[in-house]
Amino acid sequence: MTGFAYDAVIVLTVAVCTFLTRFFPFALFGRKQQPHPLVSYIGKTLPPAVMAVLVVYCLKSMQFTSLPAFAPQCIGIAVVAALHVWKRNFLLSIGAGTVCYMALVQVVFR
Amino acid sequence: MKKHIQYIFIRTLPVLFAFLFLGMAFGLLLQRAGYNVLWAFFISASVYAGSMQFVLIPFLGTEASIFTVILMTLSINCRHIFYGLSFIEKFKRMGKAYPYMIFSLTDETYSLLCSTKIPADLDEKKVFFGIALFTHVYWIAGSVAGSLAGELITFDTTGIEFAMTALFVVIFIEQWLSSKNHIPAVAGLLCAVVSLLIFGPGSFILPALIASIAIIMAFKNSIQNKEAVI
Repeated sequence: MTGFAYDAVIVLTVAVCTFLTRFFPFALFGRKQQPHPLVSYIGKTLPPAVMAVLVVYCLKSMQFTSLPAFAPQCIGIAVVAALHVWKRNFLLSIGAGTVCYMALVQVVFR
Repeated sequence: MKKHIQYIFIRTLPVLFAFLFLGMAFGLLLQRAGYNVLWAFFISASVYAGSMQFVLIPFLGTEASIFTVILMTLSINCRHIFYGLSFIEKFKRMGKAYPYMIFSLTDETYSLLCSTKIPADLDEKKVFFGIALFTHVYWIAGSVAGSLAGELITFDTTGIEFAMTALFVVIFIEQWLSSKNHIPAVAGLLCAVVSLLIFGPGSFILPALIASIAIIMAFKNSIQNKEAVI
């Protein structure tokens, strides 16, 4: 197989496998009229746990060896959290938090 | 219709920033690896999985076995196995859009769909489909732009990827404030940190999610006695 065709096969494989992971719960529980009560229970209660895991995922490379390796993340999250509890405005919290973080990594802790 | 588009656009704005930036980074890297804008377009349109696409780049142009590629994809994307659990019934009601909703269930789409309380005057199906479609388009647009013009960006964008972290933090807080029972949130946080310490940054997500589900099931009675989370 030539390079081009083989690359296309690789991309296609990744696309199909990605779809299959997303399709998995639907294949398993989607056929019945009503999914098992335990499945709907987990589906309903899982989102906050997933969000917590994703937040940790975004911070996974944070290190406590030097100030610039953790201070921008911690301050950024504190700003986002404080703004959001105060105003509950998605755009304000995310926008201001991101600008603050960018200023910290580009100017303050460079 | 206009009302729907307006609402969807505002809801997805944080993801627009994050995806334009990350998509551009992907397009630029792909371009540097020797793959042009068509590849950027088709990969982002058909794979649509952020971290996986970055992992995919070094595999292109090699003779990597398909089996390796399959294993790699499944191990990086296995967290998606759990996302559908929250939307089995809702997606089934969406008719023709059902396969597309499953295809487009990324971390970010999942987060937006979980946190969206549809206003009474809007149609939930349209909003759900719009959120999925808009974020997909942002991702493709970012990749294409990065591929075509990534080298032209001169201002310092370091740190803009924090928009993604901020999005997850904000949704976490929203869910915390709107639910009486915090066991799932605390379980997720604890499991993620412990799992990160044990398994390291590369492979901590799956154990963290499995442990979270175990805790949520163990505390079923005390969680169910209070209100549901969504």
